[in-house]
Amino acid sequence: MTATLADVGIALGRVAFVMLFVLNLGGLMTWVERKQSAIMQDRIGANRASIFGFRIMGLLHPLADAIKMLTKEEFYPARADRVLFSLAPFVSVFFALVAFASIPFGDTLRVAGREVPLQALTFNVGILYVFAMLSLGVYGVMMAGWSSANNYALLGGQRAAALMITAEVAIGASIVGVVMVYGSLNMMDIVRAQGPLLGGWLPKWGIVTQPLAFVLFLTAGIAATKRIPFDMPEGESEIIGYFVEYSGMKFGLFVMADFLETVVISGMTVSLFLGGWQIPYLEPAGFVFPWGATVALPGLAVSLLQVGAFVLKVVVMIWFLMLIRWTLPRFRYDQAMRLGWLGLFPLSIANIVLTGAALLLWGAR
Amino acid sequence: MPLAVFLVVAAVAVASALGLVLKRNPIHGALFLIVNLGSIAVMYLTLHAQFLAWAQVIIYAGAIMILFVFAIMVLIPGKEETGPDPLRPVRLIAIPFGALLLVELVLMLVSRRAAPVAAVPAPGGVEAIGRLLFTDYLFPFELTSVLLLAAMIGVLALAKSRKAG
Repeated sequence: MTATLADVGIALGRVAFVMLFVLNLGGLMTWVERKQSAIMQDRIGANRASIFGFRIMGLLHPLADAIKMLTKEEFYPARADRVLFSLAPFVSVFFALVAFASIPFGDTLRVAGREVPLQALTFNVGILYVFAMLSLGVYGVMMAGWSSANNYALLGGQRAAALMITAEVAIGASIVGVVMVYGSLNMMDIVRAQGPLLGGWLPKWGIVTQPLAFVLFLTAGIAATKRIPFDMPEGESEIIGYFVEYSGMKFGLFVMADFLETVVISGMTVSLFLGGWQIPYLEPAGFVFPWGATVALPGLAVSLLQVGAFVLKVVVMIWFLMLIRWTLPRFRYDQAMRLGWLGLFPLSIANIVLTGAALLLWGAR
Repeated sequence: MPLAVFLVVAAVAVASALGLVLKRNPIHGALFLIVNLGSIAVMYLTLHAQFLAWAQVIIYAGAIMILFVFAIMVLIPGKEETGPDPLRPVRLIAIPFGALLLVELVLMLVSRRAAPVAAVPAPGGVEAIGRLLFTDYLFPFELTSVLLLAAMIGVLALAKSRKAG
């Protein structure tokens, strides 16, 4: 294997795009969270941070937050396990950050005789990779809960563990239906397989072929982000939860991890159920509409449109998840467990059986 | 390059295994075991066995170990396991067994030097593993599923009987 400078550059570029995309979205989400909740509650929302009088709709608040959190005192509880206490927020953020790596953000790009897959890591079993990284993130929360030497934090850590196992089983079981329909564990192949049209006009997106799995996956995915309605590990109004002893940027990292997980769940939902980078009727040579009209486009424009479509879809999904979060009703711990084990899990298994039967009957692939 | 990766990963694996054995704090031990399982997964990756690698992470690190840590957190919150070891004689039995394993390892290294391992087939492996599971290894595979089902029913029976009594 000979790696030229261009190859290394391309690889770095792919990684940098995903990294900056996820990090920036995560940072922007603190702003979206404030502004969207403000709009939903008929308030104005954060708008005071300014540089030389420029406020740009409160967009400077994430910056102000970062400065404030970095300059705050680092507090360690007296009987805390210092190593684990310091390590926990980084574990949380790390796995949330790397999970996005095998989600494709565009079709394979062909430039100057090279094939550049538009995803950071081209795993043959990419869907399992994302799933694995999501499931490892919970260790950060559990370590935080345990090392704080605080009963409320411990309670939060235990709830997080229970919630994560519940959500993970449902996520795993609901993905199986999608994998069966599109016949691959490779995220790129799954997105590509969502391109063909059903009956000549309906895109073969996951939400069309697997509507039940979509609902189950989204519900379990929201549970995996640990945000309202599934915020028992945190429980602002009852136990405060696993990060009760944290201050400064370490606390900020936990909040960031939740945001990043929301981005990852959005990316997963878009890739598995909403066609990923696919735009309906857009083919490699341009638009081909079912009523016969065609619009020819150069290859690079098609690629740019696809990347744009992916970003737009992810942002819309994030908006939707925010909408759910700020309608505020939340599950009690036992209710969430019941929903997970008696609702989501059996339905996911039923979905697998149904999908298998349908594939056997129609043989559609 | 692969050799350097292997050496680093092997060092992490051995160090975390030692940590698991030597640490008295059960949570630390469990976390070391997770690091160990993760480094084994990286070794699978270097052998192009992507499916095995991520299945290892999901099943062992992501599911089984979460249950372990959960149980430890519920049962012994924050208490270090200090004081005299009540099972000291049992530990002594481990010495001859460990020596046996070491001898086996040395014998294997000596005999393997002559016959190199066959090259790994194409990367990926989901298809290959699936085909093997449902052809050559169908019988043990189905046996395992029966075993798991039995374990599940056993757990249900135990949980039910405790509620009744």
